[in-house]
Amino acid sequence: MEILYFLIFLSFVMAMGGLAAFLWANQSGQFRDLRRPAEEMLFEDRPKSSQ
Amino acid sequence: MSQSHETLTVTYDDRSAAQFLWATLIWGVIGMLVGALAALQLAFWPANGDIPWLTFGRIRPLHTAAVIFAFAGNAIFAGMYYSLQRLCKARLWSDALTKIHFWGWQIIILVSALSLMTGHTQGKEYAEMEWTIDIAIAIVWVIMGINVFGTVAVRRVKHLYVAIWFYLASIITIAMLHIVNNLAIPVGAFKSYSIFAGVQDALVQWWYGHNAVGFLLTTPFLGLMYYYVPKCVGKPVYSYRLSILHFWSLIFIYIWAGPHHLLYTSLPEWAQSLGMVFSLALLAPSWGGMINGLLTMRGAWNRVREEPILKFFVLALTFYGMSTFEGPLLSIKSINLISHYTDWTIAHVHSGALGWVGGMIFGMTYYLAPKLFGRPLYSQRLANTHFWIATIGLLLYVSSMWTAGVTQGLMWMATTDDGLLKYPQFMETVLALKPLFWVRLLGGSLYLIGAVICLYNVYMTSRGRTVADETVAVEVERHIQARTLHERLEGHAFTLSALALVAVLIGGVAEFVPALLMETKVPTVTSVRPYTPLELEGRDIYLREGCYNCHSQSVRVYQKEEMRYGPHSKAYEFVYDHPFQWGSKRTGPDLHRVGGKYPDLWHYKHMMDPRMTSPGSIMPSYPWLLENKVDLSMLEPKVKAMKMLGVPYDPDTIADPKTAYNKQAMKIVTSLSKDGILIPTDSEIIAMIAYLQKLGTDHQAEQKEAAK
Repeated sequence: MEILYFLIFLSFVMAMGGLAAFLWANQSGQFRDLRRPAEEMLFEDRPKSSQ
Repeated sequence: MSQSHETLTVTYDDRSAAQFLWATLIWGVIGMLVGALAALQLAFWPANGDIPWLTFGRIRPLHTAAVIFAFAGNAIFAGMYYSLQRLCKARLWSDALTKIHFWGWQIIILVSALSLMTGHTQGKEYAEMEWTIDIAIAIVWVIMGINVFGTVAVRRVKHLYVAIWFYLASIITIAMLHIVNNLAIPVGAFKSYSIFAGVQDALVQWWYGHNAVGFLLTTPFLGLMYYYVPKCVGKPVYSYRLSILHFWSLIFIYIWAGPHHLLYTSLPEWAQSLGMVFSLALLAPSWGGMINGLLTMRGAWNRVREEPILKFFVLALTFYGMSTFEGPLLSIKSINLISHYTDWTIAHVHSGALGWVGGMIFGMTYYLAPKLFGRPLYSQRLANTHFWIATIGLLLYVSSMWTAGVTQGLMWMATTDDGLLKYPQFMETVLALKPLFWVRLLGGSLYLIGAVICLYNVYMTSRGRTVADETVAVEVERHIQARTLHERLEGHAFTLSALALVAVLIGGVAEFVPALLMETKVPTVTSVRPYTPLELEGRDIYLREGCYNCHSQSVRVYQKEEMRYGPHSKAYEFVYDHPFQWGSKRTGPDLHRVGGKYPDLWHYKHMMDPRMTSPGSIMPSYPWLLENKVDLSMLEPKVKAMKMLGVPYDPDTIADPKTAYNKQAMKIVTSLSKDGILIPTDSEIIAMIAYLQKLGTDHQAEQKEAAK
């Protein structure tokens, strides 16, 4: 079951990657305002012209 | 910092989304048609037609690959590309990459289909494609990843909407899973051996297999759900906070669930328990998604009555909840004891696939078609009809397979008052299911008809219209100068960071693989010997014909199973199995202890026509094994590749495998000639017989040694 050494290492890398992503998200203010994004995505863009 | 707005003009690439949508619907119909053929073959074995290309063992992987990668895959790309651009308020990063992605993916599908039908398979479920195609898949996937990350990097909306998080996580994880599980040593353009063996391979395979479900059939569709459901309902996500919470917990927990495919096998007990516990935990974040989706529709339930799109989304979310309850249930060891290898697994897969994935795809299709073609859907009535036909078909499918699964599982473990097996003949448990196979065929066919109706409806909507890229005026916050390091790390550096993560993982692999290979795998039991060249060739034929689709090779640690098949399978017996062939379904009996159970003549007759030895059998006939000749020139590269993977072949066998091959083949030929069968030594059936007669015999050799 030597594969476990590899899989544990891989899991650790993934978990670290996940942690890094979460910390980035927190730092960059992704969680700062949770109400507006949910509502903003509902608005359709104004069409400019048809091609 | 002042926050003034400016108005920009953005032209979204919608033509590519439309292309992916067409691909989705066309491959969907084809994939379901292949599924219907497979279902017919189980109910009515002559539908195998004595055609190698069309036997169940080759058709079933074609069906799974088509519906997962061609149907669901293209749907993800269509829905993701359409929504991503609008959530980022930016056109896809590179038109060139988008085109390469689209055409690359379709070409891969075509080549894969041909390769599977001709028997070029790695013998690993949901990862059947051989190494050359795997490399192409990796390249196209990375190209797609660059395109998506690039679009995110140039976005004009700072906040990453939750759907985007799901897309990004899927892309990264699938890349990693695909690369690791497909690591193999090639012995030809379309033939290779997995670097992993036995129990190790089982663990890697189901780490991949379950997370292919998780990150190809779940997370991307959750992302799509978070865009299309609020859009269609006109209301924001019920709880944005919940969506973030369940995103992080879902992606973390999912990875651990793999071992629930290996309960009661020779996988170490603690790994099984870990898989079971995490699978149970997975219920919570999954239901977070379902609750969020369904409650987003609050206040709009009256519209479900009229609108087909919402009907499909309700179907999807309900079945998502059902499947993510059933999954953890099936992961409980005592339940799994009944369900494993039965049609209950099939029922579970199809409730998730037809209900959740199919429901999301069709709902999304009916939303996108009018938008892309610039006119209302051709027929609301047909879309509603589609919904009802699909739902009835799905219910027939799932309920027939639930019944079949529980019936067969209970029959296998039933004992008489004397403590003997009540149904010692495997055939009895198959015959009991035949009516249910017909019901399943009906259910699946109805679902297929629904898909055809959808394709027709979309086609009629598109008639006379060309898809135009939508040009919009977007209001964006004026670009704020990046101040802190973190703010500078956004932007294109984000792309680089993401790619760096992928690179790091690949780098990790590159370091670890040689280390693993170097490990001397000393078997704890010296009687376990490698496959001889003849047996190895037979094993390759077993893989080619897809025997693992119906036969398992792992006797569980369970007394009633040992009564049926013999001593339970031990981990050390599989150390040379590159790849492992434990299988996950018993349409036919387990084969791990079949070695020495029947005479050579029995196997000869059984492969020629299973009905000759086993009346009532639904197994296809394999008469071409009697006529085909083995390519003996491939023996040396094959043995050498195995040696590289750590299989201890002696120098004589490596230098001249043909002599060993012919010597062993001659024994079988002689034994068959005594029963009046005249057949040359290089006939494929000889190799197959040798392989089957070897299975599980190392254990007997060990017992003989111990007895001495």
